[in-house]
Amino acid sequence: MIPAAFEYHRPKDMAGVLAVLTQYGDDARVMAGGHSLIPMMKLRMADVPHLIDLQSVEGLGGISVADGVVRLGAMVTQHDIIDSAELASAAPILRETSLQIADPQVRYMGTIGGNVANGDPGNDMPGLMQCLDATFHLVGPDGERTVAARDFYESAYMTAREDDEVLTAVSFAVPQGGYGYVKQKRKIGDYATAAAAVQLVKENGVCTAASIAMTNLSDTPVHSVAAGDALVGTSVDDAAIKAAVQAMLGDIDPAQDNRGPVEFKRHAASVILRRTIERAWSRA
Amino acid sequence: MSKKMHITLKVNGEEQEFLAEPRELLIHTLRERLGITGPHIGCETSHCGACTVTLNGKSVKSCTVFVAQADGADITTIEGLGSPDNLHVLQTAFKEHHGLQCGFCTPGMITRASKLLEENPNPTEEEVRFGMAGNICRCTGYQNIVKSILAAAAEMNAVKEAAE
Repeated sequence: MIPAAFEYHRPKDMAGVLAVLTQYGDDARVMAGGHSLIPMMKLRMADVPHLIDLQSVEGLGGISVADGVVRLGAMVTQHDIIDSAELASAAPILRETSLQIADPQVRYMGTIGGNVANGDPGNDMPGLMQCLDATFHLVGPDGERTVAARDFYESAYMTAREDDEVLTAVSFAVPQGGYGYVKQKRKIGDYATAAAAVQLVKENGVCTAASIAMTNLSDTPVHSVAAGDALVGTSVDDAAIKAAVQAMLGDIDPAQDNRGPVEFKRHAASVILRRTIERAWSRA
Repeated sequence: MSKKMHITLKVNGEEQEFLAEPRELLIHTLRERLGITGPHIGCETSHCGACTVTLNGKSVKSCTVFVAQADGADITTIEGLGSPDNLHVLQTAFKEHHGLQCGFCTPGMITRASKLLEENPNPTEEEVRFGMAGNICRCTGYQNIVKSILAAAAEMNAVKEAAE
């Protein structure tokens, strides 16, 4: 419950953030909503001698939809996502996913940037961002760069972000067609036993594009190219869904924990992916 | 021990100023420093919601906010919603509909419910249950908490209508 002592920094701009990161190196860490980091600090599983609070940094907020691209500032909260009419219309899968993350209080504080940068395979947004082929925007001492969500996750808590970089925004093309994010969990606020993100396009009764990603079924989110490919060119009938599920099972690598043994997780993943595909197809 | 910070908060309408270590959790500030002991601590993993307060218009779990983050914030706790002589509609409703037993979750429940009804003055039962999902209760089984909140919503709407 009691975190170790730290020095607190609340810079007003990104230059101020980077200055602290550069000065203190591994001893400094940025915090967005604090709802993954503070719990870890309270359990003394995270040691952060210099905490950089991003709440006052200019330019990290805001949701925009322009020229076919959705852009979310890193400090946009789950509550902001749920509340945004613009987003509900441009990318309704975001709202569907956010409503399955945590609980109301956590959603007022927890941010999209923190969710995707955390690197915990339990987080829901990383899989969704891989499904949407999102781009992550990073700023560091050498300037800005972008990394595809599909290339960002290396293993649990290990990502392509360097220690002296800050994730400032995520962006993705306005998704087309039907969508679904379905999550099996033990209770409100739990990370998924299995969850799937599906976005697919239907033209004249045939699936012409499909993207599928799975949550918490490996030490990273899993973008299953083969599962999506199994649907393309089909009418998403039972055989096609079975083929997609089979392909997905070849790409996941769940670990046993108190959510269940590996075989159960594979079963749950199969059921969840089938439901998600059916939901997305019915909306396409 | 890190350097203490000069902190300013507005709690239940009163300005508070003090020196505190940044790592102090807002729930400890409220309870131990300011003597505002309505908000409680039921866990150390940010699940239970017994510490819920309204911070700058948001329902937050004050066990998961450092006092340093809250510097400059406007905070309302159960004590700021109503008093024994002047109960908030929700407090009356929890009393009348038996929405509490041990009372430990109640301050967080009512503080969260006040924000829920502000955002959604006419919630369905399902919306109440979902909107209160960040608050755990070990005594009531939730049924009477839901009834209390729906009753308070009806009462608040009736008062609003009468005023118009």
